[in-house]
Amino acid sequence: MTVVATRSDPPRRKRVFWTMDRRDSLVGYLFIAPQVLGICVFVLLPLALVFWYSLHEWNVLARTFRFTGTENYQRLLSDPGLVKVLGATGIFSVFLVVFNMSLALLLAVLLNQKLRGITIFRTLFFSPVVVSLVAWTIVWSFLLQNNGGLNGILQVFGIEGPNWLRNPTTAMISVVVVQVFKNVGLNMILFLAALQGVPKELYEAARVDGIPAVAQFRRITLPMISPTVLLTSIITIVGSLQVFAQIAVLTKGGPGMSTTVLVYYLYQQAFEFHKFGYGATLSILLFAIVAVLTFVQWQMRKRIVFYEQ
Amino acid sequence: MNSNLSPRAKVAVYGLMLILLIPFVFPTWWMVTSSVKPISDIFAFPPEIIPSRFDFSTYRQAFELQPFARQYWNSAYIAAIVTCGTLLFSAMAGYAFARIDFPFANALFMVLLVGLLIPSEVTIVPLFQIFLGWDMINTHWPLILVPVFGAPSVFATFVMRQFFIALPKELEEAARVDGLGRFKIFWTIALPLAKPALGAVAIFTFLHSWNLYLEPIVFLSSPEKFTLPQALTQFTDAYGGAMWNIQLAAATMTAIPVLIVFVIAQRQFVEGLAHTGLKG
Repeated sequence: MTVVATRSDPPRRKRVFWTMDRRDSLVGYLFIAPQVLGICVFVLLPLALVFWYSLHEWNVLARTFRFTGTENYQRLLSDPGLVKVLGATGIFSVFLVVFNMSLALLLAVLLNQKLRGITIFRTLFFSPVVVSLVAWTIVWSFLLQNNGGLNGILQVFGIEGPNWLRNPTTAMISVVVVQVFKNVGLNMILFLAALQGVPKELYEAARVDGIPAVAQFRRITLPMISPTVLLTSIITIVGSLQVFAQIAVLTKGGPGMSTTVLVYYLYQQAFEFHKFGYGATLSILLFAIVAVLTFVQWQMRKRIVFYEQ
Repeated sequence: MNSNLSPRAKVAVYGLMLILLIPFVFPTWWMVTSSVKPISDIFAFPPEIIPSRFDFSTYRQAFELQPFARQYWNSAYIAAIVTCGTLLFSAMAGYAFARIDFPFANALFMVLLVGLLIPSEVTIVPLFQIFLGWDMINTHWPLILVPVFGAPSVFATFVMRQFFIALPKELEEAARVDGLGRFKIFWTIALPLAKPALGAVAIFTFLHSWNLYLEPIVFLSSPEKFTLPQALTQFTDAYGGAMWNIQLAAATMTAIPVLIVFVIAQRQFVEGLAHTGLKG
């Protein structure tokens, strides 16, 4: 690049300050400026503020804002609600990830078959992804009412269904299931693309050696798609920690606190009970969990992923 | 291993897929059909999978109970601005990080990646304070600024960067030798080639904005400012109980246009996602 720039400069004249390289760098900075500045103002500054707020007692209604040091964190540790919240968050995330990933893989394997009309199936399985989230959740809420569609259908077959959203166990199952059917299409498509990227020769060689299909799947398919599995699992876990609308519409965190996940608890503390300081402390906790999970998975990448593009 | 399934296996695969389809397709069907049933029929037993009587007045009522047309417009124009803004800024930044050699590029890219790790749920409390200070509470500015500059756009930048890295350089280098400036090269050569990636980013960004729920309920307070997701939950009677058939009519109006666009363009949707989304 330098060569191009200096060659076009006539010799003996004083050196031009705006060489092509320098101009290029300037353009580079101009191109990234909106993004980097935006991140600073709308992500990094709020992140710093969230730390600062978490050291204060701040009640918006009472207009109190005073420095209390680590008091909020001590409160966090002794908050009896927090145990339930972390329990609900953990159960929700684990069930969601396991159910989502296995269903996505099953659907991807099915859709990877060369069959007539397979595109129609792919479209239909993917369709909930583009249905408005709250609309989707409202329909499920309607279906899961005690006298709603699901129990009506069960009753036709002589089964007495539970009041899905009013029982702690079934409420948790419901929010997981609603979320999985909404979004599993995304992972399904990513897995499908990964499956189609596995070289056919590997299977042919395995067939020649007489290796059965299940072993082929375990020894060839899974290792070959493991980078995609890891990446989608990170996205799915972090996504599961952000689930808010579904909880707000389906259960409002109930019954009791059985489906009050961390984000919902944070929202309640900050915007319903107006405890901004404590809300900020919960935000720090959420951030820490996301950061730790991402770091752990990044480390696992070295051990578990057998093959990388 | 895929090409020659026995006829029996084919039947099994089709059968399994048909059963699995039920929870993906039935809710949408139930939403549309229930929205046109008279109120007395929506909880009928046995459930009416196909409505026997029709009542379309719910669709009129949705517009009478709330400024629903206005709310529809709010959601649409916000999503449009967010999508255009994200496309522009993420393409520029993605291009610069992929192609232009400038000092501290890697360090700055790491700053962006940190942004990816911080969902807006974490920063919602200070964001509220910031927008309060700027007098932007109960305006649409937070719903535009936060996505265009927050984690979703960082993801978009990442996708664009990956795309430009994979794009052959020869065309651009030829143009450079001809003395074309960077900006011209970006605008007239690189960007037109990036259509598939831009398409995938546009879809993602639009859906993200269209589905946003936490931000609207935190930042907006008057019904004429509401966006659709927020408005949908407001169709309740005096006791806070849901007015199901009206709510479902509004939900249908929210969901179906996007669904139709998807079905028409499903190829670009799905393939754009698979090929530009998350490779490498």
